[in-house]
Formats: sequence, structure tokens, C-alpha cells
Amino acid sequence: MCVGIPARVVTINNDRLFSAIVDVDGVRREANVALLADPADPLREGDWVLLHVGFAMSKLDEEEAKSTLEFIRSLGSVYDEEVNALRGRNSA
Amino acid sequence: MSQFTNLRDPVAARKVLARIAELATGQPHRKFMEICGGHTHSIYRHGLEELLPQNIELVHGPGCPVCVIPMGRIDDAIYIASQPNVTFCCFGDMLRVPGGKLNLLEARARGADIRVVYSPMDVLAIAEGEPHRDVVFLAVGFETTTPSTAVTVLEARRRKLSNYFVMSNHIRIIPAIKAILNSKDLDLDGFIGPGHVGTVIGNHPYEFVASEYGKPFVTAGFEPLDILESVMRLLAQKANGRCELENQYTRAVRDAGNPVAIEVIDKVFTVRPHFQWRGLGSIEHSALMFRDEFAEFDAERRYSVPGVQIADPKACQCGEVLRGAIRPWECKVFGTACTPETPIGTCMVSSEGACAAYYNYGRFNKAPRIPVKAV
Repeated sequence: MCVGIPARVVTINNDRLFSAIVDVDGVRREANVALLADPADPLREGDWVLLHVGFAMSKLDEEEAKSTLEFIRSLGSVYDEEVNALRGRNSA
Repeated sequence: MSQFTNLRDPVAARKVLARIAELATGQPHRKFMEICGGHTHSIYRHGLEELLPQNIELVHGPGCPVCVIPMGRIDDAIYIASQPNVTFCCFGDMLRVPGGKLNLLEARARGADIRVVYSPMDVLAIAEGEPHRDVVFLAVGFETTTPSTAVTVLEARRRKLSNYFVMSNHIRIIPAIKAILNSKDLDLDGFIGPGHVGTVIGNHPYEFVASEYGKPFVTAGFEPLDILESVMRLLAQKANGRCELENQYTRAVRDAGNPVAIEVIDKVFTVRPHFQWRGLGSIEHSALMFRDEFAEFDAERRYSVPGVQIADPKACQCGEVLRGAIRPWECKVFGTACTPETPIGTCMVSSEGACAAYYNYGRFNKAPRIPVKAV
């Protein structure tokens, strides 16, 4: 739950408030981007964010995001749990 | 040194470890506490403790929100989940947290409609799709997850949903740190600060740890090199007689945090006078409850939960583990009566708990640690 995972913003859903489709290692799901609503620095498609329980919490630069993702992959079970949860497949 | 193969930058890690060895030489035994389940997991996964000099000890504080949920709260959750017409939603790692008699998994087996979700937004979607059910979210977490819960409440109001409710167990990091600093058996030399909480609240709220309590504090990312670098910075402060707040995790933590997130928390929630923490007892102002303006979403008010406090099991020493007074494997029931399959204490439940991390990575053989040679 507490491990944030880097995700890439694929599309921003203009028809739904603060909604975007994000991609985590090929798994896509809807994310809420309300917490990054900053008129001075709006979120754009292609941006990388740190995703926590379906919410984009902060922006990341691309290189940083990719290497963090690589690191989380190396954590094994933590990565599996997170990605399965993203897919909507829960172990319990 | 095969441990390095998993690290992102083995060369940098060797350099940091060499500097740590240099700084630690001649210093007394130093104990640094981290307060983040992600840190705890990372430390065990990569065996970082074994890479550190023998006089440097890492203590695993109450950084896992699942691990500090007392049994009485689980009983309240089961009470709500067992009401007619209730669909009760929680994160997967809450299912095995022990209550006074049952856990949520057992309550589900007895017929309660308990569903595992990834995000509180999923709970909102269930409420929208099943308007005749009362849909309750068991909200847990430090400031990292609180804004997301708050956003769903604002969103429920915007969508005019009258069947979405939240049982708030959101806790606050600062009062928890204060409680540790005020504990009688305190024996710590500094803190490795929780980076992801910092993305929300920022770095400045930790200032008091250095200025009022005289303990260095370094906010850290959760990768091995981040943690090692933070240990190095803490040791450097000790070696030079400094005591400061530092931010090692500048790539995600800004000094002011995330103002939007802070604002939504403040809009929906207010501070509870007291909250019971497993192992740590009641801590003043350490959790959040709904403001009156949002009372209609408060599951505790809707169902008048019993709110009975249950003492932690006698055999369980989670409290001493969380305060750093003992190491996980020094607990009487560790690995025997208490395992991840049948946990007695919550530190064994979540993969971010100190006991589960020790158990899963088998790092409890008490073997002497090998001193690191400078390179």
C-alpha cells in the first residue's frame, strides 16, 4: 500500500474530472490526478508520476521514474502485489 | 559482494559504504530509526544492515500503518461490515490483521460482504454501481494516503452519492515521532525520515526533531542507496557535532510538500483528540476524523461503532519492536506462534512490517555482522 510506483500518463480524460489513463509496465488503469492540479505546471500526456493507491502524488522525471521502476521490479513480491492490485487481481 | 548486484549503482554504494565505515570509526554505538514501511522492506530485502559497520544499528519504527492498527479498531470494522446491506472495502493487507476474536478474512467467511480494492476510487465506483448498498471504505495510512481518501469524499459529494462512507484510521506522522521522542526508554541517535509522507507534508514539519529534541533527521528515499546515503549523512552530523534537518530525497520531497494535498486533507478532516496505536498506546492528536461538515460520510457515526479498546495480546511484543526496544527476532513468539500465515501481532501481517520482513528474508540468525572494509 505504501510503496508508490512510477506510472506514465497515457491520456488525460477531459470528460471526467481529474482523471487520466496511466501505464505501469504495460498495465493500464484509470488514475486520479486531482492532487497534481497546478495551473502553473499542468500535467501533460507523457509525464511520469508517482502513483499511490490510484492517485498521482508527485511528478517524476523520466530517467528517475524508469530507474525507480527497475528497482521496484527487483523487490519481487512487492512489485507483484502492486501490479496485480493495479490489474484488479488480488491475492486474497 | 553479491549484495550489490541488486543495487542501482554498485560503485556509488561502495563509495558511500566506505565513507560510512570511515565516519563510524571511533564513534560509539549509534541507533538510527526509520519510520517507513518501504524503508523497512528495502533494508531487509537488500540486507543493508549486514553491510553497515557493527556499531551502526537500524531500528524499525512504527512506519507501517497496518502494523499499528489495534484490535479494537478491527472489531469496529467487523461490526460495520456485518451490518445488513453493507459492502465493506479494504486494502488486501488489512484482511489478516487480528481483531479481538476474528479478522476480516474470517468475518467474510461468515458471510460479511468484504471486498479488496486497490484504490479508494474503486470503492467510489462500487458505490455508484450499487446504489442500494451502503458501501464503506476502511481508510488506513499516514499522510501519504489521506489526501486520496479526502478526494473521494469530495468527489462523492460532487456526484451526490449518499451511499459512500469511510471509516477513517488515518494517522499523523508528527505526533507519532513526538511520542517516540518522549518515551522513557528512548535510545536513538537520529532518524531516517519517511520520504513518501514528505511528498505530501513537505520537509519543514520535521524541523523540531533536530531543534527541540537534538536528534538529526534526514528525509530519505526508499532505495538502498538513498538509505545508505542517509545513514552517511546522519553519521557525518554526529562526527561534526551538528544536529540538523536534511532532505536526501529532493527528487520527490519539496520543502512545502504538496499544497493541494494538504488543503484537501484539511478541508475534510480534523484532528482526533486521541487515537489508540497498537503497541504504543493512546497518542494525543495522532489521527484524523471527519469534520462536522462531512459527517454524512463518517461510517463511525452512521453505525455507532462499539469503540471498545482491547489490550494487545500479552505474548506479543509489537510495541517493543515498534519503539526499537527489542529486535523482531527477540520477541518471544517470533516465528513460532507468530508467523505471516497466523500472525499474533500486526508487525507480522503486512509485508512492510518489521517482523514479516525479517521472517520472509530469513535475517534472524543472529550471526555476527561482517565489518565492511573500505575500498
